[in-house]
Amino acid sequence: MTHRLHLIAIAALALGTLTACGEKPQTGAGIRSDAVPYAGTGSNFTEPGWKAGDKASWEAQLKARQQYGQNEYTRTQTK
Amino acid sequence: MARMKFICDAERCIECNGCVTACKNEHEVPWGVNRRRVVTLNDGVPGEKSISVACMHCSDAPCMAVCPVNCFYRTEEGVVLHDKDVCIGCGYCSYACPFGAPQFPSQGTFGVRGKMDKCTFCAGGPETHGSQAEFEKYGRNRLAEGKLPACAEMCSTKALLAGDGDVVADIFRNRVVQRGKGAEVWGWGTAYGSQQAGQPAGGKS
Repeated sequence: MTHRLHLIAIAALALGTLTACGEKPQTGAGIRSDAVPYAGTGSNFTEPGWKAGDKASWEAQLKARQQYGQNEYTRTQTK
Repeated sequence: MARMKFICDAERCIECNGCVTACKNEHEVPWGVNRRRVVTLNDGVPGEKSISVACMHCSDAPCMAVCPVNCFYRTEEGVVLHDKDVCIGCGYCSYACPFGAPQFPSQGTFGVRGKMDKCTFCAGGPETHGSQAEFEKYGRNRLAEGKLPACAEMCSTKALLAGDGDVVADIFRNRVVQRGKGAEVWGWGTAYGSQQAGQPAGGKS
């Protein structure tokens, strides 16, 4: 009887020590969320002509800037 | 709006390295790290061509697929960014990238390899927009200021185009029609041609 109790105790102890080998939850990992670009930065260097938080005005601003800054055909051809 | 894209017009690039300088200056990129560089093909041979190369923010980005810690993410505009707090500097993305974009600063936490650094399309990273922390880790966030990437805006010949993919394609198409040659776009198919899973959903091209 005592021998059986010893065996059970050893088995329980072995089982208990094994739990220490388990994987710990990694809550610190993972990508943090990134704010949308049209939310703006609030800096003084923000380009005028659009409203922070307004996606449509931000997109229109970028497209206009792209056409003006990168497409010289729209700047040189009047026809 | 379509997704953000880069394109380099090899017929126009004059290898002035203005894009490289603009990038390094805008983001205060450390010594030895080049987010953008100019590559010349057949250097010295008549008809040589130069192209400006950086992260192309691929539709089906291989770096995202191989990253063991899943530090990459794609914004709504199709810009591929990464979280430097998650990156372990293993270098897998460097082997996977067809453009050689990932850079590894020599001073860092993980031995000789620091956390990966690459072009952000001037869109910063997962820190508060315009914050000092964002600037120090990822550089300036020009998109959130209503501007386009500094490299393309500083390009003297407008060889490097950046912004809304549809507008970029329209500008380039118009050029090709006007000059009647130079329709080949290096890297476009590799970066944006794949129609596999992982691309931004609906409305993006």
